[in-house]
Amino acid sequence: MSEAVVTLHFSVDGEDFTSAGQASVQVKKSLRQLGISPEIIRKVSIAMYEGEINMVIHAGGGEADVLIYEDHIEIRLDDHGPGIANIEMAMQEGWSTAPDNIRSLGFGAGMGLPNMKRYTDEMKINSVLGEGTHIVMKVNL
Amino acid sequence: MNTYEHSVSLDVSACTGCTTCLKHCPTEAIRIREGHAVINPNRCIDCGVCIRNCPHNAKKATYSKLDQVLRKKKWKIALPAPTLYGQFENLDDIDYVLQGLLDIGFDDVVEVSQAAEFVSAYTRNYLKADGIAKPVISSACPVILRLISLRYPTLQGHIMQLLPPMEIAAKMALEKTAKNHPELKREDICICFISPCPAKVSYVRNGFGDYKSEVDEVVSVSDVYFALLNVMRRGDQAPDPLSRSGMIGISWATSGGEASAIFNDKYLAADGIENVNRVLDQLDNGNISSLEFIELNACPGGCVGGAMAVENPFVAKARLQNLRRYLPVSQNFLDDENKEYIPGSYLFESLPTYLPIQRLSSNFAESLRMMSDIQKVRSGLPGIDCGACGAPNCRAFAEDVIRGRADASECVVKRKQQLEKQLGEGTETNHDGS
Repeated sequence: MSEAVVTLHFSVDGEDFTSAGQASVQVKKSLRQLGISPEIIRKVSIAMYEGEINMVIHAGGGEADVLIYEDHIEIRLDDHGPGIANIEMAMQEGWSTAPDNIRSLGFGAGMGLPNMKRYTDEMKINSVLGEGTHIVMKVNL
Repeated sequence: MNTYEHSVSLDVSACTGCTTCLKHCPTEAIRIREGHAVINPNRCIDCGVCIRNCPHNAKKATYSKLDQVLRKKKWKIALPAPTLYGQFENLDDIDYVLQGLLDIGFDDVVEVSQAAEFVSAYTRNYLKADGIAKPVISSACPVILRLISLRYPTLQGHIMQLLPPMEIAAKMALEKTAKNHPELKREDICICFISPCPAKVSYVRNGFGDYKSEVDEVVSVSDVYFALLNVMRRGDQAPDPLSRSGMIGISWATSGGEASAIFNDKYLAADGIENVNRVLDQLDNGNISSLEFIELNACPGGCVGGAMAVENPFVAKARLQNLRRYLPVSQNFLDDENKEYIPGSYLFESLPTYLPIQRLSSNFAESLRMMSDIQKVRSGLPGIDCGACGAPNCRAFAEDVIRGRADASECVVKRKQQLEKQLGEGTETNHDGS
């Protein structure tokens, strides 16, 4: 595969919950500069947002990379959190391990991973308990 | 695209080329070139932030001169924005202001706050209609309308397609004149909005989408304020009871006034362009749910914070609270047959086309290459966003370089670093030699 033409890198801060979602806003700005259609931008920014929130809630932060190719966009999320015990279960809508204080903010509805899958054309999860989770999502242009 | 007429202009002789406006401009529309500020008309949203912040008064709002307007047509109708009432100290009755407008030479007055009460009533109908994208975003602030059409294409459909109070007041003024003075033709009439807001000047000049404004001239609250001071102090004769505004209409001058009049708790009101941008970003991300209505004002405090007002917006707000204290909640009501209805002439059909100002190139592959090049240039810059190159920050400068609008050698910090490095190498050799 050809190399990504543009890579956007973000460190997602796990300490500061109030800043969660900032990377998604930055990604959207960059995609607009490239003239990508609003529907694609919406898909990428929702997937990115859900991933970002997940890393903050469950993994104490992590790294996010958005690789823009001529025919698709790839979102890579890497964290060193606790890992996902049962991926099949986590992919079900409404299933969540978010703590109560997070739920009281309106998060933890169990729609994170399902939304990431819904809004992307391809999604791979690689998670090892106690080591972390790596997610690669693709949105075709 | 360049046919959009703006209302912010620059007095080149007063501009020192400092970086104040550059730093404050919310759309990065300003660059410093050849020692003075240059505004990119495609990016400018007429928010007035540069006018408010310029330490040299070099940024000015353009509007019609009051004395010229008063000489113009046979029948001149003043449409005062409610912000005007908040400018006067110790004012206890709006009628003094309205009487004053007649005394300085206007032939009739139609209060924008009166029209605003109808807009509030129609908004309540609008929110009940089927097929409306919620939350509905207020159409009253012209800066917000332009900001959305430049930056938030997915939110265009949320804009309330009901005309703002200024336009409804203009239509009311025309109806009133047709009834009371049928002998007057449209060209004999001058509808003059008294505005705290430069963006309203642009709205009147350019229209919105396909809609053409019914307002003929826009004068500033500050000019009218000084003209009124002379006449309002004279005598202690009680003015004619002219005002038809209630609490709701007056409250439109301040942030939250419009939204609270929907009589529903599911609203949000934000003011100040940075706060507005944050709300729109969050809304665009789909993270604001279960709201019915969003009121956004570009100016801090709402319209009282407009660049063409005189008084500090918070003082004006306090005065308006005092003025409206003994007013009825509203003085304008829909008749029974209009209870569930909005007149077609009070709606606008089309939204302006999305103008993708941020787009690097119309070709995607070319855009990608440019973004990659911008990243490369950016990584070689100091990243202190000093503005000395004439761009607001290093990222914008890198973009200017790649777009061919600036030269990479213009970064003085980088040049200084290179110079220091060369000098440093020079002294090191000296040390080695001794």
